[in-house]
Amino acid sequence: MTVLIYLGRLADLTGTPEETLDLPANIETTADLRTWLNTRFPAAETGFDTSVRIALDSEICAEPSPIGAAREIAFLPPVGGG
Amino acid sequence: MRTISITSESFDPAERLRTFTSAAQTAGAIVSFTGLVRPHSTSGQVTRLHLQAYSPMTERGIENAAREAAERWPLDALSIVHRTGDMAAGDAIVFVATASAHRRAAFEAADYLMDYLKTEAIFWKKEYTEHGEHWIEPRAEDYADHKRWQT
Repeated sequence: MTVLIYLGRLADLTGTPEETLDLPANIETTADLRTWLNTRFPAAETGFDTSVRIALDSEICAEPSPIGAAREIAFLPPVGGG
Repeated sequence: MRTISITSESFDPAERLRTFTSAAQTAGAIVSFTGLVRPHSTSGQVTRLHLQAYSPMTERGIENAAREAAERWPLDALSIVHRTGDMAAGDAIVFVATASAHRRAAFEAADYLMDYLKTEAIFWKKEYTEHGEHWIEPRAEDYADHKRWQT
């Protein structure tokens, strides 16, 4: 199982701050993940574009990156500052 | 002494400063900054501000900025408190205090940390006004302020 975390405005687009699921077997890289999420959440359209960074187990990854055994994948839109 | 706290509970900046001052009594200079939720924004009267962090990335980023400040300036002590969750106008969002032998280092380190917190720190901010809600991104001035330290 993988935990997907949608931060900031992304939670408004997906309708949930996080979800736990089994990723389809054909999703191997962060690029696959973006394409899959954009089709999964049609309301989000290009919500998962390249301004959204991806953290695998709370480490920002250089993309495209293999997902490997990451258990927590977070999607970080541009930060808003404190 | 270096304390960093990210909290969803409201805090009293005056009390934090008192604690900090008694812990840093041997320093010659203490500077503190408190940021409050502004009651008005360009979108109207602010009814609520929501701040979200992502642990442990938010903490790690602030710790790195604190370490950089301690390398750049001779600091005796440093304290950062940052809110998350729902806040009302007038609530304290952020508190930064620095202590050093002389004022210049304390002022500059506090300024540096605030510039980090306003642009790079991992927070998402949603503003609620009488006209609706929207996510906020840093202002151009915030980025320009932060760039001052890159020379």
